[in-house]
Amino acid sequence: MSYLELLKLASPEAVVVLTALVALSIGFLAKRATSACAFVAGLGLIIAIGAVLLLPSNETLFGGMLVISPLTSLFKIICLALAFFTILLTQAEKAPRHPGEYLALVLLATVGLMLLVGSEELLMIFIGLELLGLSLYVLAAFDKIDGRSAEAGLKYFLFGSMSSAFTLFGISLVYGMTGATGLAAISTKLATTPVQPLLAVGIVMTLVGFAFKIAAAPFHLWAPDAYQGAPVPSAAFIASGSKVASFLVLGKIVLIGFAPVHGSAGWHAMVAGWSPVLAALAALSIVIGNLVALAQSNVRRLLAYSAVAHAGYTLIGFVAGDREGFSAALFYTTVYAITLVGAFGVVGVVRRETGGDDFSNFSGLVSRSPLLAGCMAIFMLSLAGIPPLAGFFGKFYLFSAALHAGANHALLWLVALGLIGSFVSLYYYLLVLKAIFVDASSVAVAEPMKRMRYDSLQGATVTLLAAAVVLLGVMPNVLASRILAAIP
Amino acid sequence: MIAWTIYLTFGGAVLSLLLPRRCARWIALLTTIAGLALGMIVFVGTPIPDLAHFTTIVRVPWVPALGMNYHLALDGVSLTMVLVTGISAVSTVLFSWDVEHRQNEFFFWLLLVVAGCYGVFLSADLFLLFVFYELVIVPKYFLIAIFGSTNKEYGAMKLTLYSFFGGMFVFVGILIAYVSGGSLDLNQLSQFEFSPQLQSWAFPVLFLGFAVLAGIWPLHTWAPTGHAAAPTAGSMLLAGIVMKLGSYAALRVAMNLFPQGFQMWNKWIAVLAVVGIVYAAAVALRQRDLKFVIGYSSVSHMGFVLLGFATANALGVSGAVLQMFSHGVIAALLFAVAGRMIYRRTHTRELDALSGMNLSHAMPFAAFTFVVAAAASMGIPGFSGFAAEITILIGAWKTYPLAVWIAGAGMVLVAAFTLRALTQSFFGEKRVQAEVTTVTSLNWEEFNPITIPEKIGAGMLMLTTVAVGVYPKLMLDRIMPAVEMMRFLK
Repeated sequence: MSYLELLKLASPEAVVVLTALVALSIGFLAKRATSACAFVAGLGLIIAIGAVLLLPSNETLFGGMLVISPLTSLFKIICLALAFFTILLTQAEKAPRHPGEYLALVLLATVGLMLLVGSEELLMIFIGLELLGLSLYVLAAFDKIDGRSAEAGLKYFLFGSMSSAFTLFGISLVYGMTGATGLAAISTKLATTPVQPLLAVGIVMTLVGFAFKIAAAPFHLWAPDAYQGAPVPSAAFIASGSKVASFLVLGKIVLIGFAPVHGSAGWHAMVAGWSPVLAALAALSIVIGNLVALAQSNVRRLLAYSAVAHAGYTLIGFVAGDREGFSAALFYTTVYAITLVGAFGVVGVVRRETGGDDFSNFSGLVSRSPLLAGCMAIFMLSLAGIPPLAGFFGKFYLFSAALHAGANHALLWLVALGLIGSFVSLYYYLLVLKAIFVDASSVAVAEPMKRMRYDSLQGATVTLLAAAVVLLGVMPNVLASRILAAIP
Repeated sequence: MIAWTIYLTFGGAVLSLLLPRRCARWIALLTTIAGLALGMIVFVGTPIPDLAHFTTIVRVPWVPALGMNYHLALDGVSLTMVLVTGISAVSTVLFSWDVEHRQNEFFFWLLLVVAGCYGVFLSADLFLLFVFYELVIVPKYFLIAIFGSTNKEYGAMKLTLYSFFGGMFVFVGILIAYVSGGSLDLNQLSQFEFSPQLQSWAFPVLFLGFAVLAGIWPLHTWAPTGHAAAPTAGSMLLAGIVMKLGSYAALRVAMNLFPQGFQMWNKWIAVLAVVGIVYAAAVALRQRDLKFVIGYSSVSHMGFVLLGFATANALGVSGAVLQMFSHGVIAALLFAVAGRMIYRRTHTRELDALSGMNLSHAMPFAAFTFVVAAAASMGIPGFSGFAAEITILIGAWKTYPLAVWIAGAGMVLVAAFTLRALTQSFFGEKRVQAEVTTVTSLNWEEFNPITIPEKIGAGMLMLTTVAVGVYPKLMLDRIMPAVEMMRFLK
């Protein structure tokens, strides 16, 4: 294989890397060229999406290091789109100090996402994870004047590097036991050898690293501070793009690589394997995430704990362990990512205009900006799983897939827990909406009713995302059938 | 054609949000009238034999991979419910004519509730039905929390959480039916034989989930609090139609899909129903707030619906459907008088305070309306309430003679608290007036006269209850054949 051919197949990644370099140089040359940088970055992402569309439909290179399939292409596009919206969000912020570097980091993190998505080999996945992780640590700590941002970055870094160490150790054990790093090769090896304790340790340790990335309890401790302290676009990217790619890779590892040691998480039929581990993580995340979110009074912190719960719901799809479950989990996490980017868009404007993101800053938002209030209502209700929004269909799809899986409704306990969790979650999402729609603005008491100022770009971004959430709820087939068709 | 009730109402909701303030109420009025007119046309135009089957109107693939269809269908039961939705919706808009505060939003939420109700009554796909069912709940929260009165935020939150608590069980039940039966189509599922073991636990889960919204005892406490907190339009819609969503879906989904489960549990439903009838009536007897009295009366009347279901014979179930129709009209009327005519003018709903005002002289029309509504509510012959409850009791006599005796005692209690509310609110003695005037310095001559929209709305509701009361065959002819086709009777 010639380098030219390789470059062709890796063209989306190459385009994004080049864009990152260009954005960086513009940032160096002109210190205040925020919009120029953002324009270049956005353009690069759009070109990259075009490049993904031009890729051949199926190709596997170097034993799975670079895989091109309908599934990877679809999710590369989704990740690029999420990065695009994140860049639009950066425009809502007060002019950042180093726009070039900031955007370059976002783009590098995006490359990390694409490597993660497009690989079925443990080493490459680890490289993708590290590239993504290191960029995100800096992005979280980017607001140098804000102590909370530094705290967010440091916590994210410490927990993240710890879990990376776990993953790497796990990978090394898996490699030691199976002699392979490609997922397909691991799978064939596992199918023929009995499970040994050391291998079980390896599998569990690999999963721990991903549990950290998706903020599943008990590996979620970084999330509240990162969501609350990091600059809004960084938090949005951590909550969206990073989540989607991590879920996809986790799904690939367990469903392709570790498929022979699936085990069972059924109520009276537990069989050792990775699915009881994921089931335990899911159950714990749903309970902890929802209960702790009840006590929050800061919207971003609330979103962080609810993210823990949502990670729990999504894991239910993997526990189901079949094609339908995988597709449901991917649909759910995509919808979740879109919703969260939108919600952070609203939070960004409110934070800039009122100086904070507690419930009290949101009170009376409906009279200050009906558009933002309406969009926030759509995002919150979708997260709570209210029809006809996308979150509702996502939950239905997930839970029905989980019930379809084991015989005799074996996963009913997990589904019931998920439903109880989403019932609890409705209360705190309603509290946000109560602040927005019902409470009189405490800010407005101090100063006369001031309309929120936001330019048309931000308004359009948030509206577009809200429209996407409604559309995916009313016509879920648009995305669901694509994902299902892309999964072999 | 009847499917347009849903689309028109959704369209109207969006329009009333986007167009200028002044237009909102007119759009709301026009869309609700259009919905009622469509219902009437179909009611008159469809031959009665066609209403026996749950006939498909629209069927479009929605998510083929999961077997979801956008599937609407109609039979006599759903047509009855569509009609009462139309009537309540029009009168609700008329009684909200002078809403000034955040008008666009008000009519948006209101029409969303109405549209969701139409959707539930016409859905023939389990997923679609659940979408509409849950869609109704959130607008109710905003209607009450923003526009309500007494203790509105608490009432709104309580109502919403109770509704979703029920919704959670419904979700489990629907998933089980879908996964075991392999389809979401109600007509297909009602042919499917679920295993008795599954039915024995899936039925109560699904039935109770729906029954929370129907105000089944002991999960009824959201109803009086919610009704009292809601704005007049909210209470009218809530008691008039939203509570019927629960009972309708319990009949259409729970009882129809799991007939053997229903056979196992129906005596327990009868017990809960009878306890609900008597308990709520007894509690209503002790309430001081007029809206709480009516709120508990709703619970009591919905107990009759559940009792009708529990009889498991065509007569009892048809009576229950007729009771849903009848109570939809009567409850709307009662809340209109209490919330709109009385509270808006006197700013109190306390029976003690009202009894001193001698309102029958101040507001003769309101007094007349309330007398009619009270008579209908008590089950005086000639009004729809009587026709419905007597049908239920005859049906119940075949299955549970004891329940008839207790429910009969409940009816006496209903009469007692209704008469108490009636005399205290409108025909109170003047003797305490001196005391009251010093406290509130109210002069009844200054009360605004009853407006034209209020008169039209009240007139419409009164006409309906009398018409159905005098000639119940009009509805029963359409309900009975549809009920007889349902599986749990066979």
